[in-house]
Amino acid sequence: MKHRLNIACQTSALSELRTFLQRSMVGVSLSEIEKHQVTLAVEEVCANLIIHSHDCNPQDYIRLEIKDSAQKLIFEISDQGEAFNILNYEAPDLKKVMVEKRKGGLGIILVKKIMDEIEFESENGTNTCRLIKWFRS
Amino acid sequence: MLRLEKSTENQSEILSLFGEVDASNSVILDEAIQDLVEGGAQSIIVDGTQLDYISSAGLGVFMSYLEDFNDKGITMKICGLSPKVYEVFKILGLDQLIPIYQDRASAAAK
Repeated sequence: MKHRLNIACQTSALSELRTFLQRSMVGVSLSEIEKHQVTLAVEEVCANLIIHSHDCNPQDYIRLEIKDSAQKLIFEISDQGEAFNILNYEAPDLKKVMVEKRKGGLGIILVKKIMDEIEFESENGTNTCRLIKWFRS
Repeated sequence: MLRLEKSTENQSEILSLFGEVDASNSVILDEAIQDLVEGGAQSIIVDGTQLDYISSAGLGVFMSYLEDFNDKGITMKICGLSPKVYEVFKILGLDQLIPIYQDRASAAAK
């Protein structure tokens, strides 16, 4: 099974992204709570790219491809913006986020806690971030 | 879509959230809390009974007020979260920083 979506780089596209993710995960071996969390993690990565790599330019697009196998679900997010390698960013300490009143950083904590594996590669101007969720049962 | 409603109940300002909070609309939540603070609120109860979804953009809004509220003696409680939304607070450990209650009555009673 494969699902594909092109997302325009504007935050108003996030709601459409969530609907797409929920529809694509119908029948997948994850609980409703897990599907909710996976939706959140994919949205966090896309929101980061939309805001920080593409400055909310609606002419730019992010490509999302979902692949599933018997053991896992793979979300492949690619774009041609400034590379944002989530693996290079350490998840900040929550207390630090609070004291410094920074509104960023929480998304990275969520993605790293929710997903089982994260891969990143940048080749010929295309950045690809792969978020992988393993099925438990 | 996010809709907010404000009301007052027993000296607490109630902020009820309906729908979804994400990076496109978290500023609305931020402004609503800011308005309550400027209006002199000492006790804020965020009612999330009808909140279907919240991303880090919305969670970050709550986080950004915690220190200030501690300094000013303003209390903020959250109530009525569905299990899936509550889980997100728990993943981040926000349930350790913000008091979370099952419903509005128990939030108001404490």
